[in-house]
Amino acid sequence: MKTKLLTALLLGTSILGTTGIALAEDVTLNIESWRGDDLTIWKDKLIPAFEAKNPGIKVVFAPSAPTEYDAALGAKLTAGSAGDLITCRPFDKSLELFKKGNLTDLSALPGMDNFSPVAKSAWQTDDGKASFCVPMASVIHGFIYNKDAFDKLGLKVPTTRDEFFAVLDKIKADGTYIPMAMGTKDLWEAATMGYQNIGPNYWKGEDGRAALIKGDQKLTDKDWVAPYEELAKWKPYLGDGFEAQTYPDSQNLFTLGRAAIYPAGSWEIGLFNTQAQFKMGAFPPPVEKAGDTCYISDHTDIGMGLNAASKHPDEAKKFLSWVASPDFATIYANALPGFFSLNSSPVKMEDPLAQEFVSWRGKCKSTIRSTYQILSRGTPNLENETWVESANVINGTDTPEAAAKKLQTGLDSWYKPAK
Amino acid sequence: MAVETRPKRPIRWHIGVFLAPAVLVYTAIMILPLFGTLQLSLFRNIDQSQVFVGLGNFRTLFGDPNWSVNFWNALRNNVWFFIIHMLVQNPIGILLAALLSSPRLRFTAFYRTAIFVPTILSFVIVGFAWKLILSPIWGVAPHLMDFVGLKSFFTPWLGKEQYALTALSLISVWQFVGIPMMLIYAALLSIPDEVIEAAECDGVTGMAQFWKIKLPLILPSIGIISILTFVGNFNAFDLIYTAQGALAGPNYSTDILGTFLYRAFFGFQLQVGDPNMGAAIATIMFLIILAGVCVYLFLVQTRLRRYQF
Repeated sequence: MKTKLLTALLLGTSILGTTGIALAEDVTLNIESWRGDDLTIWKDKLIPAFEAKNPGIKVVFAPSAPTEYDAALGAKLTAGSAGDLITCRPFDKSLELFKKGNLTDLSALPGMDNFSPVAKSAWQTDDGKASFCVPMASVIHGFIYNKDAFDKLGLKVPTTRDEFFAVLDKIKADGTYIPMAMGTKDLWEAATMGYQNIGPNYWKGEDGRAALIKGDQKLTDKDWVAPYEELAKWKPYLGDGFEAQTYPDSQNLFTLGRAAIYPAGSWEIGLFNTQAQFKMGAFPPPVEKAGDTCYISDHTDIGMGLNAASKHPDEAKKFLSWVASPDFATIYANALPGFFSLNSSPVKMEDPLAQEFVSWRGKCKSTIRSTYQILSRGTPNLENETWVESANVINGTDTPEAAAKKLQTGLDSWYKPAK
Repeated sequence: MAVETRPKRPIRWHIGVFLAPAVLVYTAIMILPLFGTLQLSLFRNIDQSQVFVGLGNFRTLFGDPNWSVNFWNALRNNVWFFIIHMLVQNPIGILLAALLSSPRLRFTAFYRTAIFVPTILSFVIVGFAWKLILSPIWGVAPHLMDFVGLKSFFTPWLGKEQYALTALSLISVWQFVGIPMMLIYAALLSIPDEVIEAAECDGVTGMAQFWKIKLPLILPSIGIISILTFVGNFNAFDLIYTAQGALAGPNYSTDILGTFLYRAFFGFQLQVGDPNMGAAIATIMFLIILAGVCVYLFLVQTRLRRYQF
């Protein structure tokens, strides 16, 4: 009763709030998003491009803070005040919304066939029958390095692990630069830029990930412990006091030119381009022996779906079809270097660093982060535990074996793979 | 015996009218949500519908090692958080108040304000400022320690399992030391001069005067402060969240009941929130605080002697 009243009240305010707009002739679509950083790109580039082609539809981009997005969106959806278009987190968060009936089935949306099944996998039901978000972008992991520093020290870009550690040793011996800018304070750096970055080369990308979901492999297997063993070796190359170094600290250390290598996600490109005063390059996670197949984490990160309670579903679908078009992909990928379009038609990008990242798609095999699909549904949550354990391994408070064992025990407690 | 008929009292309706606004507001925003939480903790979401499970959530919380290990860890950390406040914040608060109430001290108003300012700062500012101060890369702490030759004692405190919680407790102490100071200061000022003069006539001066005369007189205030600290600490969340994030790293070493509740209730990253388990944790927190307050009310406060001047 109480919640109903509250819902009615909130609904009332949302209707009252939008009447002013509804009276005008144009239809207004609101976009919910956590990407506040992209506000200007939406306002100045994407929305005008759409509105020019679709007179009569106005689009408003209304982001909230990343850490509050999920909770705020949930509350707005329950209250009926959420926007027409919803930016989708990958996997379970969005699947949950779809199951609750908050998101519309978009399988038949014109333009959905522009995407490969892997691209769509992040926003599909487990059986792959219904798609509920249009894939927008993925991010690729690798290492960004300070080219000036490499030139000064006469270093060659490493392709194998031995070369990688040889390079780190040389930078450390020289002493001008911190070999690697990464901290463990925020935990996720260690997991996302560390474990998920170098891991796919060990567990062979999609093969290992699928086997883990099927239950054929365990996190305690050699292929899954080995990345932790490598992470443990990173410790001496990190900066002084890395235990209390936060993610912005790492970014600043690198862009100020104090560190030589930055374990990165491609989303950094935009920021680094504006802040760093030196030339940058990138290399994919090194493989064991020269000539080995390389695997990269090409993680589906952002999609966009349609609020089932939207009052203008037809206009919203028109917008989503445009989001699925190569036009959108070109503007988006160039405005946000580092967020790579998942569209099957190749997109021409201007930024050299972004080009370097995306070129790996050609020579390496792509996979997504191992913990994201299905495996993070229960308690303890595998992704969150991976953050904690990756940081523990680098800090030296857990051995690689102990960390892997903890993760597997936690996973076993709720996950029973279908045999 | 003649039965004396008392004059009939008029209904004092104005009491009800004057109480109504506070009672209504308090009921709507405190009492109802409290019972809502208690109710929520007895249900579980099974196939998109709320099913009554009795104490099932509490059995999970205490019986399932995936929950209980985290719960006991959070409770242990919370107790340590409280102990630091009791051992550091309150004695320092009393000391500062005693110094401030000394008639010979100049610039009292300035000190009082300066010490109280952190209390009115936002947690976000405090968390961020201290993260910067203690940062091994840009922080002033390592440089200042270098000046006095103590650089070797510097470690990245907030990033080390064994120090992080203590460091955060001390930051919290720094922020809130103004509150016990103000309360005790007020209590010290309310001690009548006659009592002090009588003590001086009897030759009780200086430290002895503080221990034998003033301290017993401010004991009730100290009791109130203790209980405020207790309630505040077991409800704490903001500082840990702003300084260490919801995962309360490193390795859950700074996880307290508030952050544990937050993760369970709202979820975090890929973890989907579970309002029912969250409500169960909130209920336990409520019971812990209730028990603490009861112990104080029935065992401590009744024994405190009050002096009327």
